[in-house]
Amino acid sequence: MKKVLVIGNGMVSYKFCEKLRSRADGNQFEVKVFGEETIPAYDRVHLSEYFSDQSDEKLLMAPRAWYEDNDIELVTGKLVTQIDRENKMIKTHTGEKESYDYLILATGSRAMVPPIEGVNKKGVFVYRTIEDLTQIIDFSRKVKRGAVLGGGLLGLEAAKALMDLKLETQVVEFAPRLMPRQLDEQGSAMLKSKIEALGIEILLNKNTKEIIGNGKLNGLEFTDGTRLDTDMLVISCGIVSRDELAGKAGLETGPRGGFKVNEHMQTNDPDIYAIGEAASFNGMVYGLVAPGYDMAEVVVKRLTGDKEHLFKGADMSTKLKLIGVDVGSFGDALGETPGCVPISFEDKNAGIYKRVNISADRKKLLGGILIGDADDYGMLLQFTKNGMALPPNPEDLILGKRGSAVAGGGMDDLPDSTQICSCEDVSKGEIIQAIKEQEKPDLQQVRKCTGAGTGCGACSPMVGDIYAATLQSMGKVVRKTLCAHFDYTRQELYSLIKVKNVRTFDDLLDEYGTGDGCETCKPAVASLLASIWNDKILKQDTIQDTNDRFLANIQKGGSYSVVPRVPGGEITPDKLIAIGAVAKRYGLYTKITGGQRIDLFGARLNDLPRIWRELIDAGFESGHAYGKALRTVKSCVGSTWCRFGLHDSVSFAIEIENRYKGLRSPHKLKGAVSGCRRECAEAQSKDFGLIATEIGYNLYVCGNGGTNPQHAKLLAGDIDEKTAIKYLDRFLMFYIRTAEPLNRTSVWLNKLEGGIEYLKDVVVNDCLGIGEELEKDMQALIAAYHCEWKEAINDEKMMSRFRHFANVDDYDPTQQFVPMREMKKPADWE
Amino acid sequence: MLVQYKTIKPEEVSAWKMVLNETDFPENGGLCVSVDGLQIAIFKFSRRDEWYATQNLCPHKKQMILSRGLIGAHGEEPKVACPFHKKTFSLKTGKNLNGDECEIATYPVKIKDGKVYVGYA
Repeated sequence: MKKVLVIGNGMVSYKFCEKLRSRADGNQFEVKVFGEETIPAYDRVHLSEYFSDQSDEKLLMAPRAWYEDNDIELVTGKLVTQIDRENKMIKTHTGEKESYDYLILATGSRAMVPPIEGVNKKGVFVYRTIEDLTQIIDFSRKVKRGAVLGGGLLGLEAAKALMDLKLETQVVEFAPRLMPRQLDEQGSAMLKSKIEALGIEILLNKNTKEIIGNGKLNGLEFTDGTRLDTDMLVISCGIVSRDELAGKAGLETGPRGGFKVNEHMQTNDPDIYAIGEAASFNGMVYGLVAPGYDMAEVVVKRLTGDKEHLFKGADMSTKLKLIGVDVGSFGDALGETPGCVPISFEDKNAGIYKRVNISADRKKLLGGILIGDADDYGMLLQFTKNGMALPPNPEDLILGKRGSAVAGGGMDDLPDSTQICSCEDVSKGEIIQAIKEQEKPDLQQVRKCTGAGTGCGACSPMVGDIYAATLQSMGKVVRKTLCAHFDYTRQELYSLIKVKNVRTFDDLLDEYGTGDGCETCKPAVASLLASIWNDKILKQDTIQDTNDRFLANIQKGGSYSVVPRVPGGEITPDKLIAIGAVAKRYGLYTKITGGQRIDLFGARLNDLPRIWRELIDAGFESGHAYGKALRTVKSCVGSTWCRFGLHDSVSFAIEIENRYKGLRSPHKLKGAVSGCRRECAEAQSKDFGLIATEIGYNLYVCGNGGTNPQHAKLLAGDIDEKTAIKYLDRFLMFYIRTAEPLNRTSVWLNKLEGGIEYLKDVVVNDCLGIGEELEKDMQALIAAYHCEWKEAINDEKMMSRFRHFANVDDYDPTQQFVPMREMKKPADWE
Repeated sequence: MLVQYKTIKPEEVSAWKMVLNETDFPENGGLCVSVDGLQIAIFKFSRRDEWYATQNLCPHKKQMILSRGLIGAHGEEPKVACPFHKKTFSLKTGKNLNGDECEIATYPVKIKDGKVYVGYA
């Protein structure tokens, strides 16, 4: 048995251990790891997340127990100070000695501190370890302003951290642009304006002369004579390899530091390897984690007998979300290849900048930059890496919607050896093979058995595309059936339930499905049953999602929020007082919602029936905030009070909200009525919206805010209220009948063949001849309306389910709240 | 919070604790019971005429919630989905079916004379 000593316990060290143990157990290699920090290896890439919840456990690559379980001895809080190559021993700062057969140097790097006068002043920090962060957090409590020296990747991460600590934040960069190594001037300018919009000030072209202050810093002085006042400074100017062990041990180092290694990752002593940021390969130190993992792989393979696997340098391409802004930089991003031709696209309004660099012969993609929208990163990187032939018009690569054709074609053109998932190193060929090997192909199963898309998730869309393309190539029709238990689309099930008069999930499953159902088909069928029959939801409580099952919205910590209906947003003083009294009695956090009502948070499950009893007594009804159902019809104050108002928008909004309240649909529904074209109710961002005109209303449909905001489209203009209701009835029922599960109206319209023109034909011109039928269906649903809460609290058996424990009356003792301002909030996720 | 929950195999049961009546349970759904300071989720899988018990704690975000999750099957494997982020766990083995690492503890359940019992080690 050979003994492997690993010096350093960072991400690469951990990865080395993980990879080694996956190929060799404790009988082949004894493994001992020395870490200088007191806690085991953690995820430095996501260090800034520590600021939001300050839990190092969450950042750990693996808990201490993992090392034990894998037969790895982990010693933390010990610095290795000496290597005795002759006797194959190392020595720690406390004098212990340890022998080795193979030594792995994974000592990482430290923050580079430029030689500026005053760097030792109080209030100056570096950004590298959890300990650094703790000190930064402690210090930040006493101050208002903080600056970051360095506008590179890490510097901007640090700036986000300071911003999260509520400091007035500045970034100081020596170069004339941000991320000078990855971005060109235009890209950097776009990034700068996006970051500045968040309130972080950016100073470029600033050469710091001195850090000033008496003992504690109070500012920076620049060589151009200007100065910046600040209370603390975080230095993030790059990294320096931790190669202190090299000198005395006679190990060679690279020109910019780091243990010099060959393509086997060996130093000049063949039994001593260096990996990660501690290694210098061809004079280069790689400050990214992916190359470090590759190096670990090379050493593991070599130790376990595969000596052919070499390190051949690494690609510095990167894609990340920087302070909420998507940034991608790949290949020759700056266009430094002689003769290369850049093509760029900029949309200042949307904050998007894209650039691709094409080879002089116009045949290959060399690299590029993406700011604000990096969705095409994976595809473009593959074009670059594989030298794939460009489309006839290379600008198609970065220009908008035509992309889908490129993406599809691109996916097919990729060689099978293409690496799709870089986290788990999965190639396109491996994914295809996994799909073909499965008897009943299942995307989840493919992800699980290949590991593709289970790391950072960036490649998930590509895995999905490969899946669909492979199935198609196998001659399978990709039909959007509900799930493994129902081989029907939602629309088909809608017809079956209606025509065959199916009333329960079990009946539908017995009759038309297989197996026992799952968390996908149960709520989908529950929604269908509710949309068709409008029966009591709680009659079949265990097929509902949690929110529907308890008629309230589950929140962090397992408490619920309660939203009574406030039609049109109109509420009397007495009702306001009633809500206030209930909130006070049950200690609830109250917030005004975007839909003009009041949300009461932090209700314990056991209290829900009592809370609702009081609300109902005060005249309230369920607001269905928990359901895929009509939420609110928002209104501006309209002609009753407003000097611009054309019609009484509030009264009309109340009428519409009361008409459709309780209506269950494939997804939530929101509406609005504006009293004039100033559009204060934001009707054009709703599933349906009405805007008053001189002679009536314009009816807009299929808009929404949310993830992909979309403006509503005009369905009919200058119609009277009665016609508006008629069209709304038809429109809503048509949507409920034909949409896929969990598709908002906007998504549904985008998929609808013929788009808004076809929808107009169906709703206004009644081209399918189903207008009356749709109205009749809607009328039946409206007639069947009941306040779910009113019925629920009168059903004793039902109410007995509203308890955390079924065998004792206690609240959930693990549910914790902490004070916030004058109210409370749930304790953070662990 | 996590360490308290350890799977108990049927052969390890040394005592049974009566917790509820069979009729207290909804069809194809779960309830949470307090057993010696532990929160145990018990599921009545009526469609298959089977009973299961697991820890109530979802290991993903450490929430006491699994008893309120939807149950169903993945192939033949009975499972429960956490209401928070839809992580799914086998009711038989406690294994996470999404391929993540965390798993849950499971407990033996028996029904006798209309009463529901949970097994102790």
